[in-house]
Amino acid sequence: MAEIKKIATRDSYGATLRELGAEHEDIIVLDADLSGSTRTGVFAKAFPDRFINCGIAEADMICVSGGLSTMGFVPFCSSFAMFLTGRAYEQIRNTIGYPELNVKLCASHAGLSVGEDGASHQCCEDFALMRNIPGMVVMSPADDVEARAAVRAAYAHKGPVYIRLGRAAVPVVFDENNFEFAIGKAQVLRPGKDVAILATGLMVERALQAAEQLSLAGIDARVIDVCTIKPLDEEVILSAAAECGGLITCEEHSIVGGLGEAVASLTAEKLPTRVRRIGVEDVYGVSGPWKDVLDLFGLNAAHITAVAHELTGK
Amino acid sequence: MTSEERTSLRRMACKIRMGIIEGTYNAKSGHPGGSLSAADMITYLYFRHMRVDPQNPRWQERDRFVLSKGHAAPALYAALAHRGFFPVEEIKSLRHIGSRLQGHPNMLSVPGVDMSTGSLGQGVSSACGMAIGAKKLNLPSRVYTILGDGEIEEGQVWEAFMFANYYKLDNLVVMIDNNNLQIDGPITEVMSPYPIEEKLSAFGFFVQTIDGHDFDAMETALARAQQEKGRPSAIVLKTVKGKGVSFMENEVDWHGKGPNQEEYNRAMEELSNALREMEAE
Repeated sequence: MAEIKKIATRDSYGATLRELGAEHEDIIVLDADLSGSTRTGVFAKAFPDRFINCGIAEADMICVSGGLSTMGFVPFCSSFAMFLTGRAYEQIRNTIGYPELNVKLCASHAGLSVGEDGASHQCCEDFALMRNIPGMVVMSPADDVEARAAVRAAYAHKGPVYIRLGRAAVPVVFDENNFEFAIGKAQVLRPGKDVAILATGLMVERALQAAEQLSLAGIDARVIDVCTIKPLDEEVILSAAAECGGLITCEEHSIVGGLGEAVASLTAEKLPTRVRRIGVEDVYGVSGPWKDVLDLFGLNAAHITAVAHELTGK
Repeated sequence: MTSEERTSLRRMACKIRMGIIEGTYNAKSGHPGGSLSAADMITYLYFRHMRVDPQNPRWQERDRFVLSKGHAAPALYAALAHRGFFPVEEIKSLRHIGSRLQGHPNMLSVPGVDMSTGSLGQGVSSACGMAIGAKKLNLPSRVYTILGDGEIEEGQVWEAFMFANYYKLDNLVVMIDNNNLQIDGPITEVMSPYPIEEKLSAFGFFVQTIDGHDFDAMETALARAQQEKGRPSAIVLKTVKGKGVSFMENEVDWHGKGPNQEEYNRAMEELSNALREMEAE
């Protein structure tokens, strides 16, 4: 078996920004002194006149991008998820969200997979913060192929968009020659009828591993990639609820306010279903090698498998 | 400026003050004090200085105005209405259900509003974005923004000032409405931002201080600001909160409440008398 390619979604972002920059003159990119880490530096090198470093001033950066948007630019604004969505939350809400400005917020270093930097930098609240802003599209691509598509879709979409990107190199799940993407569409990656695993970001690949293990135990698990957290693909999720009986959500995010809560709210109102939320259980992260940190918090195939056994009773 | 032009501006400023009273009276809320202190500057910008077109509010080459102290919306709305962006009659709908005139400026609903504001400290950053955008697009547009003197207690304002200087935004004019009062009291007793001029200078601005109710001083200062190349300009406006309505002047109580019927009558009578006197000139 050929070795699986691993690429960090922040790298996909930098590469796609550079492509888009060549295609569209209205793209302008802003960063807050993290262009090397967020990979906006790739764009900056190619188009120095359309890159604005705001220094370590995220609040200012968000509103500067709002002003640029009113001039006709399509700003892509980047920092770490903690500082972009956390520090500048109210700027995003009032200066980007409320006026419906066409600004793309692309944050890297989201979730526990930041690893060694520890809890201060491991943002597990960004879905919650961005989801509650009316009109905001929230996406969390699983791999390189999906991240490239999400960044392109963000440009094509008129209005505010948040994209969560990761620091760690993660396996490429999708075949780029056989891949379709649309904002708001979840994708069934593996059919199944005993239980449905709804995953986002790097948890998608772990959900596929879990399904493989479950099949050996005679459990037929459906795996769904939910890249767009908002607007949620109600049709695909409610079909899974109807056909599989139980749902397991998997996210590298707090169980408060993220995919799990979105799915639980949807099913509670429209089709009451047993739901189990796998995520960060209302606690802070810790420092360590990122894979070890994910294991410590149960964000792995083994835990998904155990929860599936419990939920199905098999 | 001829004396006729000056009188015409004074008359317009008086009508805008009447609009502020009309709006906040009908809304039974709002911020008359800071609207009245900024009314003369806003009058000057919209009726003598800025290149705007009420028939084409989104004209790409226009000058931009960001009311960073968004609570002075009644003054901006009155100016826009009198300038022809929407009917003057609409001022009475301020803060009402279904009105375009939200409590704080909303660029989506009000023609002529260049940026939604209201949360202090954010408008000045947006103005920086417009100014750098205009430069990158080689537009002749200049960008004007008014901040409250209390507003500059927000840290983001200083991030924006650093940005304006670093990117040499000489098409940006930052104005500070220095009326000395914020909600909780005199700014020197809440959290003094003084010395304002020295701080702005240290942040790289070309700084001027003028009487914020003197149209001739505004003319001189804005012309001088326009000549300044390679750095942003700041104009500290020495103003009186509540200016033009005797019982509101320098009274912190008038920061954020609407006049009642009796107060409305008194204020409108004062302003009408002032307008009549000017018309007799």
